[in-house]
Amino acid sequence: MPITKVFSTEIERVSILDEHGKFDEKLGKGLIPDADLLRLYESMVACRHLDEVAFRLQRSGRMGTYPQNMGQEANSLGAAYALNKDDWLVPCYRENCGLFWRGVPMELILLHWMGDERGNAIPRELYCTPLAIPIGTQMLHATGLAWASKYRGEKRLACTFFGDGATSEGDFHEACNFAANLEIPVIFFCQNNFWAISVPGKIQCSAPTVAQRAIAYGMKTVQCDGNDLFAVVKCVRDMAAYTRETGKPAFIEGVTYRLGDHTTADDARRYRDAAEVEMWKTRDPITRLKAYMKDRKIWNDSKEGELKEKVEKEIAAAVERAETIAAPTRDDFFNAMYAELPPDLERQRDTMQTHGLGEDPAQLEGAEVRQLDHPEHAH
Amino acid sequence: MANLTLVQAINLALVQEMEKDDRVIILGEDVGPNGGVFRVTEGLHKRFGAHRVVDSPLAESGIIGTSIGLAMAGLRPVPEIQFEGFLGPAYDQLCSHAARMRTRTRGAFTVPMTVRVPVGGGIHAPELHSDSPESIYAHTPGLKVVMPSSPYDAKGLLVASIRDPDPVIFFEPKRIYRAFREEVPEDEYVIPLGQARVVCEGEEMTMVSWGSSVIQCMQAIERTGRNIELIDLRTIYPLDMDAIEASVKKTGRCVIVHEAPKTCGLGAEISARIMERCFLHLEAPVQRVTGFDTIMPYYKLELEYLPDAARIARAIEETAAY
Repeated sequence: MPITKVFSTEIERVSILDEHGKFDEKLGKGLIPDADLLRLYESMVACRHLDEVAFRLQRSGRMGTYPQNMGQEANSLGAAYALNKDDWLVPCYRENCGLFWRGVPMELILLHWMGDERGNAIPRELYCTPLAIPIGTQMLHATGLAWASKYRGEKRLACTFFGDGATSEGDFHEACNFAANLEIPVIFFCQNNFWAISVPGKIQCSAPTVAQRAIAYGMKTVQCDGNDLFAVVKCVRDMAAYTRETGKPAFIEGVTYRLGDHTTADDARRYRDAAEVEMWKTRDPITRLKAYMKDRKIWNDSKEGELKEKVEKEIAAAVERAETIAAPTRDDFFNAMYAELPPDLERQRDTMQTHGLGEDPAQLEGAEVRQLDHPEHAH
Repeated sequence: MANLTLVQAINLALVQEMEKDDRVIILGEDVGPNGGVFRVTEGLHKRFGAHRVVDSPLAESGIIGTSIGLAMAGLRPVPEIQFEGFLGPAYDQLCSHAARMRTRTRGAFTVPMTVRVPVGGGIHAPELHSDSPESIYAHTPGLKVVMPSSPYDAKGLLVASIRDPDPVIFFEPKRIYRAFREEVPEDEYVIPLGQARVVCEGEEMTMVSWGSSVIQCMQAIERTGRNIELIDLRTIYPLDMDAIEASVKKTGRCVIVHEAPKTCGLGAEISARIMERCFLHLEAPVQRVTGFDTIMPYYKLELEYLPDAARIARAIEETAAY
């Protein structure tokens, strides 16, 4: 029996505006109208500024651990721009820019990282799912959300984001396999930022691209320059069209870089070369787009100055809104546990109010219960 | 009214809920044309089609994770996991997401799904097919845990679970899937979650159990001939402590019976709650008859592991004599 070739493939990489400012007219012409481009740029600048402010808030004790988005803004923004308003966005936690574009109020995201669950009460009509900490699990939710759309005969797809580290998780593979085999319209968007905290990408995936993982599942796949807003918009638009048309999933590897630490609890200088970071700064999606817009004479330093002022005001107002929302009440963690609080939980909530030891308050009737002072619990 | 086994009663509940509500869909391994490994979903694929009864890839986390997404989008998925031992891979999705989504989003997103899982020993199954992990999930705030002990209850409890706006793990004691039949109404009825059933009334002692152990308790009560009140929890969480309290205050004695290991089993919780609520009414220490803190043995020894009528009867006599 002869040896024959049963499978071979290649993966395309899409780049439209490269780091030297070279713009591919053929691919990029008419992709994003100038008016939109200015708004998208503004959105990235605002997101970047929010990162700086959030970092300072964390360092001064006004916010808990916060993951900066710095350097990766083009990915979720490009996707949110390219998708329909009612396609599901299923984020990880470095997708602020896309969520803001979709309309999620900044103060909600701030509130979330300030340790208040009400920050995740994202209005359903925005079709964005909440931020959550488990890694890689949300890809299955995206698959289920898109499956529900397919079941109802709607054309709504889901786009889910995750890092290169998440592609090592079992749920990533289960989600790809479910979506491909059951033909569910999901776009899997890997933000390959090369680092999962201190562990480099090559430990997550020994293949030369993350994109090729999708091939094993029989999924259409592409790699894009994730620091090039134009490339992201094109890839997401093309994949969305394919997915909507066929009902099948698609995979995008957005090659990007985490310019900041993993979170404010991390110090990337411990494990990363400064030279590597400096090199990636030259590929920053914001400076790249700014240079392009200046070349095209649709942007200048005076406009940049005005934008900076506007964005600073906008973020300051969002921080103020987040910080002036009345604190949750002390029994708030009993709320929203279930649609209806089971009697046992009602009892526990009531017991909490008496500072008891967990006794049934009914047993305390007639007994003298000393009310303890818990100033640390007072609001 | 038909005389049905537990399997048939569950099947009937699924058929009726699927007919009533097209948001209800079934997914899992082998649930389609094969009708499930225990034939619980038999006939459903043919009746409702491949889009409502879905054979999924072999992946428990995938089944539960996609069900969470389906439920977040407003459907009422009823995923099946073939055996409770395979819940492990889905534990993360159940506890990190299903249980938390409502509180995480302050109610913006909820997970109204019912995870059906055969549970427990006694059918000569291989390893990882005979465990009783109910207390693990009862210990996870945000989930509800149900375990019927009869065909009638199974139908009413499953309907309540599917209609419940929160995630429910519906454990089906496989030992009694076909062990006996019972009159089960065709007509719609609901048994509210969180309400225990007094199987038989008595004055001398309270017994608390759930799932297939209820059957062994009944045999033990018959064997001793004592006047015992048997409470079947039906719902593991929320726990109907009021029913237990009322009974123990009446009888002053209590024996709790479950298949799961003793340490941190639900019996420990119930016993502690009885201490909190009924201390001055007790005539004897609360006793537990349980599985052992060992790995559930292969089936040649499974009947030695599981509480049987003889072991339970001894506990009844010791508690009565105290």
